[in-house]
Amino acid sequence: MADPVNGAAVGDEMEEEQDNPTGGVTYLCGDCGSDNLIKAKDPIQCRQCGYRIMYKKRTKRLIQFEAR
Amino acid sequence: MLGRVTKYRVKNDAPSEVFEAASEQERKDRLLLSYAERVEKTLDVKAVQSGGGHTNELVFDLVGVDASIANALRRILLAEVATVAIEHVYMFMNSSIIHDEILAHRLGLIPIMANPRMFEFVGEEGGEQDEPTEFNTCVFKLEVKNPADPADMPDPMPTGTSYAAGPRRTMNVFSGAMEWCPHGDQVERFEGEGGLRPVHDDILIAKLRPGQEIVAEMHCRKGIGKDHAKFSPVATASYRLLPVVTLKEEVEGQEAEELVAKCPLNVFDIEDLGGAGKRAKVARPRDCTMCRECIREPGWSDKVSLSRVADHFIFGIESVGMLPPKELLKDSIQVLRQKCDSMIAEVEAFESGVDFDEAMP
Repeated sequence: MADPVNGAAVGDEMEEEQDNPTGGVTYLCGDCGSDNLIKAKDPIQCRQCGYRIMYKKRTKRLIQFEAR
Repeated sequence: MLGRVTKYRVKNDAPSEVFEAASEQERKDRLLLSYAERVEKTLDVKAVQSGGGHTNELVFDLVGVDASIANALRRILLAEVATVAIEHVYMFMNSSIIHDEILAHRLGLIPIMANPRMFEFVGEEGGEQDEPTEFNTCVFKLEVKNPADPADMPDPMPTGTSYAAGPRRTMNVFSGAMEWCPHGDQVERFEGEGGLRPVHDDILIAKLRPGQEIVAEMHCRKGIGKDHAKFSPVATASYRLLPVVTLKEEVEGQEAEELVAKCPLNVFDIEDLGGAGKRAKVARPRDCTMCRECIREPGWSDKVSLSRVADHFIFGIESVGMLPPKELLKDSIQVLRQKCDSMIAEVEAFESGVDFDEAMP
């Protein structure tokens, strides 16, 4: 995907990383699907079910694609 | 030596050309008239059928032109008659199983019911350079969600959506769910055509599980099939030569029955001669595909002759639906004329010693 248009999110690159005012990023649990706020030194583990695989959330920003 | 190939004879092994010497009149024409004038004398266009009541299909006969002209029209129809299609997709949300890129590609292939003559090319002279305006772009919106809680599903379901069969509440999203967002005076300009919409409302775009949603905005622009197949206005445009099936001798009685039974396309019929038995006749030569089944068995090639007329094209146009096939034919001829005009201009510039690139801005 070398095309600059395809899949280019419109907006600032860094702005999203820290989506929580107190620091940390919200991830989705790979097993139960619940939201988990994980900070820098937290263990990577779901608070609900203990599953250790976490997924990053999709950007809330607009993404432009070429319909080709 | 004057003359031309008038027919292609199909025999058991390979096709052969039937060469006919030119008549006195043809000799004179060839000396006195230009190609265009000669074609004018022989050219004939006959509408054969409008696709059996299907408005998107047209079959007509193009008689008395070179294959190069029939082929030029076919290629122009496929690749150089402009239509409007989705070019940019702005994805706000897509939690469906289909990846953003694939979804964008699928959206691009949906035929849009928009008259291409009402649109300019983006970046066309006179228009603003590369900027989308209400004259070169139209916008559609797709906003669908399959609620996680079935109680949140509106009744009736939003237009262009339905539940797939089964108890899993999987939602189908069809092209009918795309909503036109008019800009500027587009509402008034497209009033006569009933607004802009996809040609078909029942094209499956995606399937959503409960909790998934798609929110996207689509920008359409005008383009040609050479650039991308999604702009091609035809499903197909093709031609074939008129078949000529003749019986070299009378085929009667038992043999007539055999001949009728042989042909998989039912080209032959049986003529009842009253008390004198039965005789085969060629009833539907147009249906013949030159399969040679009728001359395959020894001896039959002396009875049946298969050939095609070299300059009689049965031309078929199947429109995708944004323009009727008749209009597509007109457009393709227009494109061919423009090509000829630019060719003439170039030749004239060359003859007069002017550098073409400098003479044409």
